[in-house]
Amino acid sequence: MERIPILRMGEFLLVTIQVDMHDQLALTLQEDLAERIRKTSAKGVLIDISALEIVDSFIGRMISTIAGLSKIMDAQTVLVGMQPAVAITLVELGLSLPGVATALDAERGMSLLRRRLKLS
Amino acid sequence: MAVLHARTIDAVRKNEPALLARWSQNLEASGATRDARISPQEMSTQARDFLRLMVDASATADASDTGAREWADTRAFLENLSRTRALQGFDSQDTASFIFSLKRVLFETIQHAYADSPQDQAGQMWAVSELLDSLGMHTVRSFQKSREEIIARQQEDLLELSTPVVKLWEGVLALPMIGTLDSQRTQVVMESLLERIVETGSEIAIIDITGVPTVDTLVAQHLLKTVTAIRLMGADCIISGVRPQIAQTIVHLGLDLQGIVTKANLADALAVALQRLEFRVTKAA
Repeated sequence: MERIPILRMGEFLLVTIQVDMHDQLALTLQEDLAERIRKTSAKGVLIDISALEIVDSFIGRMISTIAGLSKIMDAQTVLVGMQPAVAITLVELGLSLPGVATALDAERGMSLLRRRLKLS
Repeated sequence: MAVLHARTIDAVRKNEPALLARWSQNLEASGATRDARISPQEMSTQARDFLRLMVDASATADASDTGAREWADTRAFLENLSRTRALQGFDSQDTASFIFSLKRVLFETIQHAYADSPQDQAGQMWAVSELLDSLGMHTVRSFQKSREEIIARQQEDLLELSTPVVKLWEGVLALPMIGTLDSQRTQVVMESLLERIVETGSEIAIIDITGVPTVDTLVAQHLLKTVTAIRLMGADCIISGVRPQIAQTIVHLGLDLQGIVTKANLADALAVALQRLEFRVTKAA
């Protein structure tokens, strides 16, 4: 079955979405990520969606759920690399993802995560 | 059926120089040639070309149907004429009267040629009248079309000109907005700003609304959308140039701009941006 890889980098988990998301893939990712956070007790999750070019309301909501879920499991979450078209679509759909930290690219996302973990 | 007889066409062809001279006189009398925007030579060349095209077309095709293939050259000539007239700044009346002033001259020619048969004379006059009317209408229509094209192009230019995204500092973009914000403009603004954020990797975008005359609920909603989209991309947004009247309206309308950093002017916004990027500006001496 198709899966989105979750990589471990020190205290962080790295999720890079390189393919177009479909509903089942998003659901699997949600379960996998929750499981991995529990197993590794990761302190930060970085989700890179720079390759994601199309979103619908379901995927938009899934992104928000995944971010919310890892936050509840005590892992800081940063969403990085959102494409302009995706951002516009999400705004038009009314999904403003409140409470989800964002960054322009993976590098900035990483430094944001480090900063946050140092503070807390 | 309004069809031009071969006899009419012959009469026009034979009398071409005289006809053109009369037409020029008519044009002159109406004041069209005294216009500085177009020279009398140019006018008479246009007149000659048009007359030839029209006569050639009516010799082969039905004069009552100017939409036919045989009239394509004439139509193209008129479209070109309208376009150049529109660019020269003539109005539609000037352009149409160029065609309509030919009517009288052609009537005289027909009157002369059919002096012996009043019935044919009337028929041919009607045919010529209809033909010129339809050509004149075509001219006006294409004149209007080219004017509309000019307006549409200018509107597009204005849209792009009024939304420049400028780089203020390494990592700081500014967008000075001028004019009213509507859905279409917001879309253009949002897209160009987001594209530039990706391109330059800027972390802070300043939207300056000094040039926005009024802010109502709709405009505020558009602004909020833009700000949210920028935040989703991972950059921060500051709104600057909030004038006292606008601040008052926003409060009166009960608009919720929470979560948006607003500043009175661009300088303050830039100061905040520099501070966030951990830059410090100091005096040299």
